[in-house]
Amino acid sequence: MSSRSSARLGRSIALHLFLTPLALIWLFPLWMMVVFSTMPDNGIFSPGIELLPHGNFIDNFNNLQRDTNFVGAIGISVSVAVTYTILSVLLTSMAGWALARYQFFGKGVVVAIILGTITLPYAVVLIPQFIMVARDFKLANTWVALIVPPLFNSLGVLFMRQSFSMMPDDLFDAARVEGVKEWRIFLFVALPLARPMLAALAIILFLASWNNYLWPLLINSQPGSMTAPVALGTLIGLTKVSWGGIMAGAVMLTVPMLVVFVLLQRHFIAGIAAGAVK
Amino acid sequence: MRNRNATAYRFLTPYLLIFAIFWVWPIISSFLISFQATRTVPWRFAPSFNWGRLIGDPAFFNALKNTLLILVIQVPVMISLALVMAVLLNSPLLKARGLYRFAFFAPVVVGEVAYSAVFRLMFNLDFGIINKLLNSVGLPRIDWFSNVTPAMALIMIAVTWRWAGYNAIILLAGMQSIPEDVYEAATLDRVSKLKQFFYITLPLLKPVIVFCLVLSIIGTMQLFTEPFLITERGGPGGGTETLGLLLYRQGFRSLNFGYASAVAYTMAGLAIAITLAQLWLTREPK
Repeated sequence: MSSRSSARLGRSIALHLFLTPLALIWLFPLWMMVVFSTMPDNGIFSPGIELLPHGNFIDNFNNLQRDTNFVGAIGISVSVAVTYTILSVLLTSMAGWALARYQFFGKGVVVAIILGTITLPYAVVLIPQFIMVARDFKLANTWVALIVPPLFNSLGVLFMRQSFSMMPDDLFDAARVEGVKEWRIFLFVALPLARPMLAALAIILFLASWNNYLWPLLINSQPGSMTAPVALGTLIGLTKVSWGGIMAGAVMLTVPMLVVFVLLQRHFIAGIAAGAVK
Repeated sequence: MRNRNATAYRFLTPYLLIFAIFWVWPIISSFLISFQATRTVPWRFAPSFNWGRLIGDPAFFNALKNTLLILVIQVPVMISLALVMAVLLNSPLLKARGLYRFAFFAPVVVGEVAYSAVFRLMFNLDFGIINKLLNSVGLPRIDWFSNVTPAMALIMIAVTWRWAGYNAIILLAGMQSIPEDVYEAATLDRVSKLKQFFYITLPLLKPVIVFCLVLSIIGTMQLFTEPFLITERGGPGGGTETLGLLLYRQGFRSLNFGYASAVAYTMAGLAIAITLAQLWLTREPK
């Protein structure tokens, strides 16, 4: 018995000896992001090794605000991500509800098209989306351009379809016998029951919108209409730019999401693992 | 389930409209555009104009080669690493599990722009912390940005850092759905942990692993931001240019929509081939 428990101890030590350095390596870029954001530019570009934070974050932030209107860009990013998340959760859960709970003409075709195209690369629709939004609808550099086209994402439809189809029929039939209308059953019976799934979906969609780079880069390129990642991206590669400022911006984009991640880890992980539902 | 066309479509139509306008139609449209000469007004139908140019374009083959090279090296390394992370995070012997999970999963929330900026600084030739650390242990510093091999390695390191934890989350969820008693039975039969991994975990996890592979291949195939921001527009000299970057350059710098659509459909063709391979690999045994 004691040899077995000492073997367990040995295994446990080996596990931690391997995993701890790997975890530190994985945290290192995030730690350095914070360290850089608190260092003056001449400290970042100096020969010494600096691994601890300094006190220059506010100066760096002011430099960033001088290089680009980052606060304004954050405002756009927050409003776009919130609006997108609400709309996308609503649209995809309605569609998921229809696919899960009703038999109707054309259902097979709709499901086949969604599943059949889900692995196509987003790059395929980029050019036509751009031509349509910028040239045909003349909506470049507007909020609509940032919010509406990405609503096509079908992940939520599949996720909510799965969630609603796992609910027992009696729940809804009882309400139907009472003569409750279908949209009320959806809003007041089904949605409240799906709250954990809705939370997971909302978090994933918010994160996707907050970090979205390529589409906002293409469609909203005017300075006053850029999202925060795009505004920050324009500074990378410039010669006369404050790198401490860029890092302050990176911290402002990242740290709030890390806090959300820590607080809502369960929903986060459920949302990502849901990518695997088919 | 009840048959109610009107009710169902009332719930479905708002989403379907968006889906049709911004996904289904562009997929078709992009295909049609790839057969048109788009730098004349009006565009004209010229079936071999873009595709003919594509198969004779060294820039296309360079981007294709780079993309495939990243795929072939980065994806297997990352999935293996994710598998290791998932197995170890799942170990009942692990203490302070939350801290380890945070370390590996945190990159999942980090935006491409933010982490590209950090990696640029960390791998800077003269002042980057990586070269300073290499120097301090007596190794020569590496010029990550002006030589192709280190530049490619840097892109792969960055992508692996960002996505390994993401795949580990999916794999971990897959592992936790394997019934506990399978392992208990094996332990009673004195099957070693290592053997349990190879003969129980891996086979039962195969569909999830294949799913992660497909997801990662399709993601890496479209790689854009990292070579755009970290190695500065696919530098040095196109050494890290990917299909995603070529598409961007052709479509949105040169405004050559027809040619860019042909590039996009090359990616679609690869994605379709990979998806079919996935279906074949995970098919139900007869």
